[in-house]
Amino acid sequence: MAVDEPTAHDARPDPAGPGARRRRRRRRGGGRAPGDPRNIGWLYVLPGLAFYVLFTLAPLLHTVYYSLFDWDGLTGKTWVGLANYSEALRDEVLRDAFVHSAILIVYYAVFPVIIGLLLTAALTRTVIRGFRFFRTTLFLPQLIAGVVIAQAWTWIYASDGPLNRALELVGLGSLVRPWLGDFTWALPSIGAIGSWVTFGLCMVLFIAGVQKIPTSLYDAARVDGAGPVREFFAVTLPGLRDEILVAFVLTTINALRSFDIVYNTTAGGPGGETLVPSMYMYQNAFLYNRVGYAAAIATVLAIAIFALAAIVLRIGSRDERA
Amino acid sequence: MTAGRLERVGTYVVLCTFAVLALYPVLSILFLALHRKTDLVTGFAFPTRIDLSSFEAAWSEGNFATGFKSSFIVAATVTVVSAILSIGTGYAFGTMRFTGDRIVFPIILLGIIFPYEATVIPLYYDFQDVPILHWHLLNTYWALILPQIGQSIAFGTFWMRAFFRSTPRSLIEAARIDGATSFGVLWRVLLPQAWPAVLTMSLLVFTYTWNEFLLALVLVSGSESHQTAPLGLSFFAGAARAGDPTKVAAAAVLVALPILVVYLFLQRHFVRGMLAGALKE
Repeated sequence: MAVDEPTAHDARPDPAGPGARRRRRRRRGGGRAPGDPRNIGWLYVLPGLAFYVLFTLAPLLHTVYYSLFDWDGLTGKTWVGLANYSEALRDEVLRDAFVHSAILIVYYAVFPVIIGLLLTAALTRTVIRGFRFFRTTLFLPQLIAGVVIAQAWTWIYASDGPLNRALELVGLGSLVRPWLGDFTWALPSIGAIGSWVTFGLCMVLFIAGVQKIPTSLYDAARVDGAGPVREFFAVTLPGLRDEILVAFVLTTINALRSFDIVYNTTAGGPGGETLVPSMYMYQNAFLYNRVGYAAAIATVLAIAIFALAAIVLRIGSRDERA
Repeated sequence: MTAGRLERVGTYVVLCTFAVLALYPVLSILFLALHRKTDLVTGFAFPTRIDLSSFEAAWSEGNFATGFKSSFIVAATVTVVSAILSIGTGYAFGTMRFTGDRIVFPIILLGIIFPYEATVIPLYYDFQDVPILHWHLLNTYWALILPQIGQSIAFGTFWMRAFFRSTPRSLIEAARIDGATSFGVLWRVLLPQAWPAVLTMSLLVFTYTWNEFLLALVLVSGSESHQTAPLGLSFFAGAARAGDPTKVAAAAVLVALPILVVYLFLQRHFVRGMLAGALKE
């Protein structure tokens, strides 16, 4: 691009060739980003892009590279090709970890979205006064560090903590147990923490979304004699399509990435019942000195996250066309 | 009572129930923290008097003066640097077209759903001895600052781009006709009205950086003087919970406090950033 020097009138031909601009325009369906072609844009993009590439993209590729070796992190690496991946496929501990993640998705994503939708349905029919107060409160869990949340819930679930005390008070003393130490209940207990963190986000997201749905649609539904249920399915649910999609993507990824809360409540225990892939990756890399295998787990986790996000977004865009 | 009235009451009952649910875990740990070990608290632990001795003990025994200093240095640096960089990237993607912009922007956007957990292993080994430069960054603030700047670029770019796209084109064009350079347009025309957007972005980046745990665990746990507040809390909880849960509770409240105070005053910014940021595209 030797001739790419700014001319006095800034009306130089598109560097990608005369047809390029037309092609791009057609691909974008007529709309194009505002602004004229100015390669000076690179000057503004490069510093930020450099940090992003050096400290996130490159390490991810580096992880993939490590995953092809047998390495204890200290002595020399031994090339093993895809052996770490075939081990990952056979590893029942890893399979269980992904099953635990799938169960956590139900708690982190499905429950909060359903709860959020039900509440939104209940709330759409009236104007809420003091919405700002409720929004502030419901959003609060989003901003608290995972380590702090873990401490708060460790106390709630403790043998002599508030949850067991409450159960005794209502006559359910037979259910009292150390929740996070119980083989059956540890994972659902962690899941409930995830539900607590995300339900407020879903609710606020949906309530804000409902307020953007034109009231004329509700009026029309009521004129047609639609009850609350039909109104919900005919007006509210389609109107919240974007919000539901975003909520699912964010919460599902949170579930798959969960590390802070697991590490600081059960550390994967008891007996591996709450082990999740990120925790297992951490153990292999920094406790068992199996760096290559840990890198393979990290790669599989990354692929799972990208794939899930792609699937949810794909489903979303198909709905749009329908 | 009319049906409408009933519905209204029901609405508030539902909202209040869930507001209490959202608030209770936070309150319960605060209640616990307001006791001292000898109170032998169990159950709901409603405080009968305000006793701050657990806070004092946690602060000194958990070495939180160091933790807060580290967290503050890291979070402030990441926030300022990533804000400057994101203003640049957002300005370019929001107001200019240049070769390759349609390829690079989606790659940056990928950072919003990026599995950062999958990057800690090479970061750990590369920071021990940085390739080519041979710097030793492990157990320094840089080990936390550099990756988190990289992680903040995605949201920052996305957020600032949306802002710059929403400013009227005529403003930029008028400045250009007056002979302003691209930097002049940014500095004198766009930035003066961008501060609310920059503030929102900075608050979120600061919060995420303050709360971060895995990077700190992997990259600075070898140096006590560089431990962040959440990492210090994790270690302190591991060591002290069995002996004195009130102290651990006090430490947890301390770590959450700076963000909560800022949130109370600027909650509109947080909510707007997290909702609109998620929905704009």
